[in-house]
Order: sequence, then C-alpha cells, then structure tokens
Amino acid sequence: MNEMMMPKPKKKKVVHFNQVKPVTNHIFNLLFLIISLLCLLPIVFVFMISISSEASLAVNGYRLIPETFSLLAYKFLWNERSMLFNALKVSVFVTFVGTMLGVFLTTTMGYVLSRPGYRLKTFFSYVVFIPMIFNGGMAANYVIVANVLGFRNNILALILPLAVNSFNVIICKTFFKTTIPDALIESAKIDGASQLRIFAQIVLPISKPVVATIGLFLAFNYWNDWFQSSLYISDRNLISLQALLNNILMNIQYLANNPSAGLSLVQYKNQMPSESVRMAIAIVIAVPIACVYPFLQKHFISGLTVGAIKG
Amino acid sequence: MKKNSLVNHVNMPSGHKGKKKWSRDDTELTLVGLPCFIWYIIFSYLPMFGLLIAFKSYKISPGHGFLYSLFKSDWVGFRNFSFFVKSNAFSMLLRNTVLYNLVFIILGMLIPVTLAIMISQIYNRFSKKAYQTMMVLPHFLSWVVASYFVYAFLRPDKGLANIVLQALGRESIQWYSSPQYWPFILVITQVWKTVGYSMVVYLAGITSIDRSLYEAAVIDGASKRQQARYITLPSIKPLVIMMFILNVGKIFYSDFGLFYQVTQRIPNSLYNTVSTFDTYIFAALQSNTPIGQTAAAALFQAVACCITILLVNYIVSKLDKDSAII
Repeated sequence: MNEMMMPKPKKKKVVHFNQVKPVTNHIFNLLFLIISLLCLLPIVFVFMISISSEASLAVNGYRLIPETFSLLAYKFLWNERSMLFNALKVSVFVTFVGTMLGVFLTTTMGYVLSRPGYRLKTFFSYVVFIPMIFNGGMAANYVIVANVLGFRNNILALILPLAVNSFNVIICKTFFKTTIPDALIESAKIDGASQLRIFAQIVLPISKPVVATIGLFLAFNYWNDWFQSSLYISDRNLISLQALLNNILMNIQYLANNPSAGLSLVQYKNQMPSESVRMAIAIVIAVPIACVYPFLQKHFISGLTVGAIKG
Repeated sequence: MKKNSLVNHVNMPSGHKGKKKWSRDDTELTLVGLPCFIWYIIFSYLPMFGLLIAFKSYKISPGHGFLYSLFKSDWVGFRNFSFFVKSNAFSMLLRNTVLYNLVFIILGMLIPVTLAIMISQIYNRFSKKAYQTMMVLPHFLSWVVASYFVYAFLRPDKGLANIVLQALGRESIQWYSSPQYWPFILVITQVWKTVGYSMVVYLAGITSIDRSLYEAAVIDGASKRQQARYITLPSIKPLVIMMFILNVGKIFYSDFGLFYQVTQRIPNSLYNTVSTFDTYIFAALQSNTPIGQTAAAALFQAVACCITILLVNYIVSKLDKDSAII
C-alpha cells in the first residue's frame, strides 16, 4: 500500500477497523475487571478465614484481612488426614471409574446414532430423546436405586446413576456425524473390520476433542456430586469429599471422632479450631478444581459448540 | 437450513428407501449400543414406570421384594395427587418454583448475552481470556462449596455483611431467619454461579459469526449499536432460543443445591420463601411420608414440565420454524 495514503499513526493506541472507541474499551475493561474480582472474591475471602487465628475470628468476626494469621486449621486437618484421605480416595475412585464408564456408554451410543442406514437408529434416537423431556425425577430414581437395585451404602449408587446424560450423547452423535467421513468407515468395513473394532480403533482415536469434552463434563459432575451421597450413603467409609463437607456444614464435630492420645473426646473437640477448619475444608476441595479448570476450559466450550450449535 | 436442531436425528431420513434387510452391520451396531441402551432402561425408563407408585397405596409385603410389594399394593387412582394438590404447601411450592425460575431464565438470558457482546469488543485478547477464566470459576464449584462462601458473608454474628452494617452504624440482620431478603440472595447467588459460563457459551456463538457481515455493515455506515442489533443478536438468536426452550422445560424443577445448601438446609423461618418442589420431595424422601404421595409430587412435576416444553416448542415453531428444537 501507498504509505502516503495511510493516516499517520498517532502516538496513542490506534483504533483499528471496526473497533469500539478507546474510552468504551476502558469502561468495558473496568466493568469486567470488577465482575471477575466479584467472582473470585468469595473464594479469597474463605481462604483468608481459613488462615485466621481462632482468637481473631472470635473478636473481629470474618475479615478479609485477619488480624493474626494461623495455620492451625490446616494442621488440624493434617492430624485428621486419615478421614480426609479416605474421602479423597472415594472421590477419586468415583470420579475416575464414573468418567471411564460414562465416556464408554456415551460415545458408543453416540456412534451408533451417527451411523446412517442403521435399522434401529430411529428407535434408539427416541430412547435417548424422551428422557430429555420427561423423566421420573428425584423420587422415582430414589425408589429404583435404593429399593429395586438395593444400592444403599453401595459405591455403585454414586457412579451408575450419573453415567449417561442425553445431552452428552447428542453432542457425541453430532460430532461423529460431522467429522468422521463415511468413506473411512465403509473402507474399514470392506477390509473386514467389525463395527466394534471400527469404533475402538478408528473412530475413537480421531475423536479426542469430543472424548475430552464429555470426559470433563462427567469428571466435574462426579467430583462435585454430594447429592447422591446424601440420598444413599450413610457409611462413613463411603463418604466422598463433597459429602464430608456437606456433613460438617451442620456438625463440625463429625470430623472429630478419633482424638489423639491423652485427650478425652470433649477436650479434643474443644481445642479444635472449628471456625477456620470448616473453611479450610472448603478450600481443600475447591483448590484442585480452581487449579485444573483454566487449562481445560477450552474443551468445555469446543464441545458445546460442536455438539449443540453447529448440529 | 436447520442450524441448531438438537433432535434432528429423530427425523433424519434413513437414506434408504423401503425396508432394508437386517444386516450383520445392524447386529454389530446393536451390540455396540446395547450397554448404553441397558443403562437407559434401568436408570431412565424404570424410574418412569416407578412413578406408577403414585397411583398406589404402597404397602410392604413382608418377605418379598419391592416390585412384588408394588404390584400387590392397592390402586388408589388420583387420591395421592389430590392430597398433594390440596395440601397447604402446594400453591406455595408452585409459586416459588415458577417465579424463581422465571427470574433466573430472564436474567440468565439478558445478563450473559449483554456481557458476551461487551466482552467481544475488548481489544486485548489476553485480558479477554483472563476475564472469562475468572468468571467461569463459580460454575465449576459445587453448591456445597458455594454455600460456605455465602455463609462467610451472611453468618449473623461474624459474617462480613453484618460487620459492614455495624461499621455503617446500622443494626445487624439475622440473615438466616429473615425471609424477606432471600429472594434477592438466591437470585444473586444463582447469577454469580451461572453468569460466566453462559456468557462464554454465547461468546462462542458470537465469535463464530462471519466477520464479513460486520465489514459490509461498516461500509454501509452502521454504528456499533446497529451492528449488535442487526447482526450479532439475530445471529445468536437460535442459540438463545435453544437455551430458552431448554430452561423453560425445566421450569417446574429447581436447582436443588441452590435452595437447599445455600439456605443452610432451609431453616423453618425461611420455609415458605425458599421451598421448591425439589426440596419438598427431598424432605419427604428423608421423612416417613408415604412414598406414593412423594411420587405423586414428582409425577406432577414431570408431567407439567413435559407439557411446558412441548407447548413452548410449539409456540416457537409457529413464530419461527427454524428455531424449534423438536
């Protein structure tokens, strides 16, 4: 381009083609900065409470910047680690097994629905679709899981009911339909591969984005679930982290049932920094997610756009 | 072109005219789909039939399983329903559930769409990403964790809200026993938790709009406002309507965690303000209310939702054929 034609760039920011005015940009930036901080504020606040000393909590209440700091809450949790680790084990196990199972069930059904010319496609489509507009709800699910299947105090009650969700199946089906060329599958069929083999060895390896998305949806769902526990689980050994947090919300002493040597249960409970311990557990549960999700965020969005928007 | 049909697979032509013979391929595909099909039967369709219990007076037959007892129990017709509908709680539950949901649906559409359009205008890509990341965080936390956050603000003796009120010379408020504040608290909490994620979804819709549309508009002299009005909004309309129909379809359901956890398990003083169908059913399951009456409440909920979603979809399809999802 002819340099003479170009307007001289100003020293300040150049307004590019079709951008908002710099002032507007600044206002928007300020607005979003405030909103973002509001989204983070509660977690920071709760963290500050968890590292406040009991004395300063008793005198000043909850403050954003405590007078005196103390790591007593975390020390206490460390002493109670056997219980925490047990809950962590349950959470990790449920999340891992549930996600694997859910991805398997969801992608297989998605694949089957994406095959043109499959005889039962319409039937299976209705099987997947009807629960989206009509479902038995909490009471009926409870009756089936607790009474018919008898999963009370069984880890399967935490895993199986959450494994499949019609929305995920449809995301998968749309992905397979739009990204996997029919010719690829036809040629594999001519080579004598069975559908199961085509699915496992050809379709899945080239469908990593959607598998990642579905896997993440499921994993977060399992990790954050406390509801299934509150319905079906009373055995202390099967309490997950979220359920533990849920139980001590009302009764912090749920945590303190194995005093260290030389203390009576009452003494032990009295010296527990109960205020900050509550908040410390909330932090212990929230931090892994807060650390992980920024890196996985794009999969959440790409999956939604692939599945729902471009369908 | 039908852009956003969730269920167009239902109506897809099979690609083969006339009946085709059952092939080996069909057998194999059926086997691949079978595990998931079995899951659906057990965890989706069995509960639907389990709702039959709403028409029965369930009595345990000693020594037999649940299903046997269910079939042996007497039919009572709609007695469980009339009991539920005539109970004191019903109109309160209906009002709370529907009103809260209406507010959530409207705010959940207006705020995220506005924010998405605004954030798409920010120059700096890095800060755009940073804002999004911070704003989605609440979406990934469970309601149990969120309830601790609310508790830190509202706890009567030590919470931040009352400390601030006292510093301003006002009297402190017993938040967890003052029902008049809870509609606002619940709405704010819900918006706080969901706004970032919805914004990101709409933003994904906005970024996939063809840039040349905007270029043409600029050449025609369109202002930013006009571009938003005539290009951005119409382009994301199908997405907005899809979210709208899906949300309206859940209008008789409520986000259980929000109503149950954030209120600290619904203290008595808040009961009439924050109870919804789901918290009612949950409480009934935990107590010794006859299971038939609980199932009647659940069936009412399911049928009402099913009718609503079909109705809304029908209306949308009359107004704008391409936007309907069924």
